[in-house]
Amino acid sequence: MQPDLFRTPPAGGDYAAAFSATLLKPGREAPTLICGPAGKAAAKRFAVYRNNVTVSLIDALAAVYPAVQRITGGEFFRAMARFHVRETPPSSPLLFEYGRDFPAFIAHYPYAGAMPWLADVARVERAWLDAYHAADTAPLGASDLARAPSERLPVLVFSPHPTTRLLRSSYAAVTIFAANRTDGPIEEIDASEAEDALITRPDSEVVVRRLAPGQFEFLSALMAGQELGKATEAAIGAHSDFDIGMALMTLIESGACTSATCGENT
Amino acid sequence: MSAKTVITSFVLASALSSALVSIAAAGPLSSAEVEAAKAAKKEKCFGVALKGMNDCAAGPGTTCQGTSTKDFQGNSWKFVAGGTCTSITTPDGKHGSLTAM
Repeated sequence: MQPDLFRTPPAGGDYAAAFSATLLKPGREAPTLICGPAGKAAAKRFAVYRNNVTVSLIDALAAVYPAVQRITGGEFFRAMARFHVRETPPSSPLLFEYGRDFPAFIAHYPYAGAMPWLADVARVERAWLDAYHAADTAPLGASDLARAPSERLPVLVFSPHPTTRLLRSSYAAVTIFAANRTDGPIEEIDASEAEDALITRPDSEVVVRRLAPGQFEFLSALMAGQELGKATEAAIGAHSDFDIGMALMTLIESGACTSATCGENT
Repeated sequence: MSAKTVITSFVLASALSSALVSIAAAGPLSSAEVEAAKAAKKEKCFGVALKGMNDCAAGPGTTCQGTSTKDFQGNSWKFVAGGTCTSITTPDGKHGSLTAM
């Protein structure tokens, strides 16, 4: 190690904090505590490092939000992502944790104002990744549910599967998400139809489902620990045409829960 | 009692049994499908890190592109969306791409 590459860190100071203070601020001078060989200025070297940080964070956002990038195009996406990176540096060393605030940022990003659905599409993509990384565990099987005594069905309580996510959009977020997660051609999409999403990963594949009317209320209530009877009432209260049979099929087929037990007040 | 709907065990039991019948009609997995599912699961174990997520920024990041202080000056074309957003419409007929801001 050549000692002249480094200046002595300032006494009592925080070297890392001083180093990172201007990492995401390209207009600011390189920190004075770094220098090149023989004491030369290291501004260019720092600029390369600074660039790597920004590019890697933008790339991380692009990897988490591919549909958003396809919708906006690469140039727009990277410009938007760069604003977010500068405003919100990572708080975790785990890159896959980065970008959790990106949907909220998109919702207020003025240049995306004509795409009011975009933030919800990003929320679906974030939920997809969270489901992908959540713990593996076997979902409740149809045969488990078939064994439940029928007179106690109204008091059945379900445990949510670790991968399960529910999202509600005022726009056609699921349709837009699905059309843009592949490279296939895009048909005209009417974004105005509100859609609810259920994201699960019963095995190794993340599945994003569009929910029928009332299913969001039904599943939200179940995931919050409400009894099956109460959850069904909540769903019918929200949508009189709620189909309980279809909702139970969705519950079982999606693998949204891991177990069912009878509630206390029979 | 109010007019509130009360869900009986009978209603739930019949809904559940028809749901279970519909699911059973899809048929159990064949042994080939089970093997395929196991293989997919195994593959997942090796692919836990999302593609590119743990890479350093070698490649485009090793140049100075992207963070020069000139980055934001006048490149307004960067703020006009140019992807598939033009095929996505909202009730007022607006398309996704922005022309002026």
